[in-house]
Amino acid sequence: MTVTDQAPRAARLDPGMRTPKPARRFTMGRTLKYVFLVIFVFVVLIPVYVLIVTSFKPPADVTASTSWGLPVRWPWESVAPGGPTGFDNWTGAWTALAPALGRTFLLAIPAALISSFIGAMNGFVLSRWRFPHADIVFTFILFGMFIPYQAIMTPLVQMKTTLGLPSDISTLLMVHIIYGLPICTLIFRNYYVSIPMELMEASRVDGAGMLRTFASIVLPLSLPGFVVTIIWQFTSAWNDFLFAMFLSDTSGGPVSLALNNLAQGAQLANYGTAMAGALLASLPTLLVYIILGKYFIGGLMSGSVK
Amino acid sequence: MRKGIRNWGPPLLLVSPTIIILGIFVYGLIAANIQVSTTNRHSLAPESAFVGLENYVALLSEDRFLHSLFNLVMFTVVFIAGTMLFGFIWAWMLDKGVSAEGIFRSVYLFPMAISFVASGVVWRWLLNSAEGDRASGLNRIFESLGLGFLQNAWWNEPIWGMAAIAMPAIWQLSGYVMALFLAGFRGVPQELREAARMDGASEWKLYRYVVFPQLSPIALSALIIVSHMSLKVFDLIMSITGSIYQTEVPATYMWVTLTSNDYAKSATIATILLLLASLFIIPYLIQTWRSEKANR
Repeated sequence: MTVTDQAPRAARLDPGMRTPKPARRFTMGRTLKYVFLVIFVFVVLIPVYVLIVTSFKPPADVTASTSWGLPVRWPWESVAPGGPTGFDNWTGAWTALAPALGRTFLLAIPAALISSFIGAMNGFVLSRWRFPHADIVFTFILFGMFIPYQAIMTPLVQMKTTLGLPSDISTLLMVHIIYGLPICTLIFRNYYVSIPMELMEASRVDGAGMLRTFASIVLPLSLPGFVVTIIWQFTSAWNDFLFAMFLSDTSGGPVSLALNNLAQGAQLANYGTAMAGALLASLPTLLVYIILGKYFIGGLMSGSVK
Repeated sequence: MRKGIRNWGPPLLLVSPTIIILGIFVYGLIAANIQVSTTNRHSLAPESAFVGLENYVALLSEDRFLHSLFNLVMFTVVFIAGTMLFGFIWAWMLDKGVSAEGIFRSVYLFPMAISFVASGVVWRWLLNSAEGDRASGLNRIFESLGLGFLQNAWWNEPIWGMAAIAMPAIWQLSGYVMALFLAGFRGVPQELREAARMDGASEWKLYRYVVFPQLSPIALSALIIVSHMSLKVFDLIMSITGSIYQTEVPATYMWVTLTSNDYAKSATIATILLLLASLFIIPYLIQTWRSEKANR
């Protein structure tokens, strides 16, 4: 299988996003529609504007009356000689978040890879190498995706205390792998149902075993599925705050916790640092979204209720 | 034909680690949660006794919990109305074929990629309650546009405070609802539209009588998804206001009780959340299971 062979299959994960040819007529209605579309773009981007401009202003320039304006000086200039500059927000945020950013990569990447791999195996046997009552097993697995995690949090915290698990990303890694299994299984199962598998059937008829068929025939076709689950899992682990709050502390926890700490501490003093920190902490998931947006949407669609 | 353990043994074996792990960490922990909620374990002390439904009765007659439920309902109503409205309008506008559609779509959808914690940082500033000369954030905009009467205390408002908290949530998830609706619009067969046009239907009538009726399943699932998200709202409130009484919902109330080691109470709140969520989960799962069977 070559990469080009897989391209149309990737498109299938992107449900119904084909674009009809725009009608080239300039009417009042069409113009009005564009006006509204552009207004909405500006409205949606307001918080981004605020984040960016504020992050480059020294604290003295973040006053009520100047709060919406562009920075009035370069980010390397200070208000009073020797005072804090706009760049100090960024260095401050970096110092506060850098260790947590590193930890979050160590959390989100393995969580994404491991859940995806197990999910691929599950999805394979639940769609293409079935056994009696596979539907019931599938529903059994799927249920875990829809529960509010609060419903398991009290005993989970008790379990962590009893077993003496650390309040750091190793515990969170385990938790994200486990609770990522249902969605990864779902995505792969739906993906395998959607692609033709004559080769697999042939291999099965030839008497090849399950694991060999999976490894040599199914896995090479699975790249689009992996892209979707890895993005999904990476984003949820990266953005997670609930498990982080309940199971880790700021000295060993992920970036969401560190950012919250930075922001809550900055209640009065320095919005600039908090906003620079928010941008820093959002950068990885934003990059994933910008580069692989199509697959991101694919995950959203199958991830529906989560 | 392919019967027997040699056929179904290996696949069952392959999926069994997941079955066992989820059996413990989903089903086992839910059972444990319900068990804790029926005891009087209100502190770190491990001794506890069975008290039946006492915790539930106490919670449901507690003003503080009812207040958190009221907040949740207020949040949910505004959140659903906002996301459905914007999501639908955006999808409708984009459906008719717009140049640079991809750009609009990406911009509307991008807030979904950001964590609630990060967006909470900027929304806390936008929803600053200071007014007049000291106003910043959105109040400042109103002030400078001569719309001073629109200034308000946002989440500090006594009754409507939760509606303000719903604004960032609407900002983050309208694009998602748009994506759902857009898939729905594009799923309406082109032939159907053509046929209606041939019959001389105007654009509006085409949508009103041909396209919109086809969208009700999508609208229903969007509704289920958004309500389900709303039920669990935690991150956003914690990052904008912290766990304070005024903006308390069951999920943040549970955080307060669990961090003060009142295990029984936090488990009780969690069970109630699970029951509320089941109202959405169970019909969804039954439907999935049925379509599974139909596809066999």
